[in-house]
Amino acid sequence: MIIPHPLLGPRDAQEFVYLGDASLMNRPDGMTAGIEAFHDWLYQRDNPAGIHRELWYHEQGDRSWLVVTRNTLTHEILGAELARDVARAMGRTK
Amino acid sequence: MRYSGLRVIAEALTGHKGWKPVWRDPAPQPDYDIVIVGGGGHGLATAYYLAKEFGQKRIAVLEKGWLGSGNVGRNTTIIRSNYLLDGNEPFYEFSLRLWEGLEQDFNYNAMVSQRGIINLIHTDAQRDAFTRRGNAMILNGADAELLDQAQVRAMYPFLNFDNARFPIKGALMQRRGGTVRHDAVAWGYARGADSRGVDLIQNCEVTGMRIAGGRILGLETTRGFIGARKVGVAVAGSSSRVMAHAGLRLPIESHALQAFVSEGLKPFIDGVMTFGAGHFYVSQSDKGGLVFGGDIDGYNSYAARGNLPVIEDVAEGGMALMPAIGRARLLRIWGGIMDMSMDGSPIIDRTPVEGLYFNGGWCYGGFKATPASGWCFAHLLARDEPHPTARAYRFDRFLRGLMIDEKGQGAQPNLH
Ligand SMILES: Cc1cc2nc3c(=O)[nH]c(=O)nc-3n(C[C@H](O)[C@H](O)[C@H](O)COP(=O)(O)OP(=O)(O)OC[C@H]3O[C@@H](n4cnc5c(N)ncnc54)[C@H](O)[C@@H]3O)c2cc1C
Repeated sequence: MIIPHPLLGPRDAQEFVYLGDASLMNRPDGMTAGIEAFHDWLYQRDNPAGIHRELWYHEQGDRSWLVVTRNTLTHEILGAELARDVARAMGRTK
Repeated sequence: MRYSGLRVIAEALTGHKGWKPVWRDPAPQPDYDIVIVGGGGHGLATAYYLAKEFGQKRIAVLEKGWLGSGNVGRNTTIIRSNYLLDGNEPFYEFSLRLWEGLEQDFNYNAMVSQRGIINLIHTDAQRDAFTRRGNAMILNGADAELLDQAQVRAMYPFLNFDNARFPIKGALMQRRGGTVRHDAVAWGYARGADSRGVDLIQNCEVTGMRIAGGRILGLETTRGFIGARKVGVAVAGSSSRVMAHAGLRLPIESHALQAFVSEGLKPFIDGVMTFGAGHFYVSQSDKGGLVFGGDIDGYNSYAARGNLPVIEDVAEGGMALMPAIGRARLLRIWGGIMDMSMDGSPIIDRTPVEGLYFNGGWCYGGFKATPASGWCFAHLLARDEPHPTARAYRFDRFLRGLMIDEKGQGAQPNLH
């Protein structure tokens, strides 16, 4: 699989480490969220057959985190964004 | 029809005209007491034990393709009970004992072959860890032996004992481990269930669940609505997709695992060998092909096929362990979809929906579990309480901090 890195262009997926569903970026606030919310965030997954937004870390590259959109039925990669940009678009500072 | 040596001879003398189809091909009834979703090893074993051991009637198994078209017919056929943790080891030892009596029990030749399995040791630390694991196995009634380098050399003189990075220093051995003809397991359970009145319904995909007042009423399928008092889901890699019909999310990711078979060679590997440090394991089939594999591909997948990087990785592991493998040609490669759980251990439990039960999260090691999984799931479905060896396989273990994480990797399915 080739990941279209927003800064570096097409890169072999082998340069990356896979973390999982991009919803892992939305960690609940530890001071206010209950244990159930934390459980759901850490352990439960949608695990869709089809379009999946997921976190890849460019370990053997520029060390950036990407949100890659990929089809889990075909392995086709539909796009990649910097996770930082995705977080900022959600109103976060980093 | 009972199978026996006499029967084979009689049929041979009469032109093999007396063999009958091994199971019926019934149309679905409007409703059943218990419906099992998934005609893989676990679903078929569940139906078999429900009928045979737990006296249940009016049972159906719904399979979207043909029986055994999933992982039960795609795996590398290894059975063993060499786990460390209390939540796992009694269950897998129960399974190994069921394997030992299975062929007599269901009157079918599943080619259960206890040819022994070794896990290679490369460092002192690993020897300590395997010694501990061996002791845990023995405490749970399983067998385990620590082999030194000379003993491994006597078994497999052609291994690369002096690999610079992973020199072979010994192995943990379980002599009762081995291999089983995987398709025959599906067929044997299917035949056993069918002959006890279970309806095995193929080409019947579950497309929805009818739930009212928090209770399951039945299943929408490609062959119409089928009512059910209880539903047991055992669909392995499709777990999240099927349970989504009940609005449930699971602690599971689906990942592809590949398997490899070489051309037929003269017998030279008579057991099963795992080279964990090199992400490689191998055995030799009765037809002579080397059957081997390594890691899962490592990212969510429902494609039932893997990619080239893992093929390269597995080939490198094989070359590092046994350079002779470089002379063999690869005949076949394929993939299956693993239901990877968040701690690497399975779930056999009730769900928040009354009458709906779940069996899954088997990762890449559910074939060896088939008999015990079927037995324990049948126990839960019939009696509404968990079997003693499967008590730990609950959904709420993640909420309560009671994970069964053999590798200590945390909630990272692609590392288990
Ligand atoms: C390459 C590979 C190697 C492996 N090696 C080993 C090994 O050496 N040892 C070991 O112990 N384990 C191994 N495993 C794991 C093992 O094969 C699985 O854990 C086990 O087979 C899963 O249980 P099952 O047999 O019930 O699954 P399956 O055979 O996959 O059964 C699930 C069934 O559910 C059906 N289904 C899915 N969705 C629906 C629906 N909506 N409606 C109706 N039916 C549906 C599917 O068609 C399928 O037939 C391996 C797996 C693979 C892929």
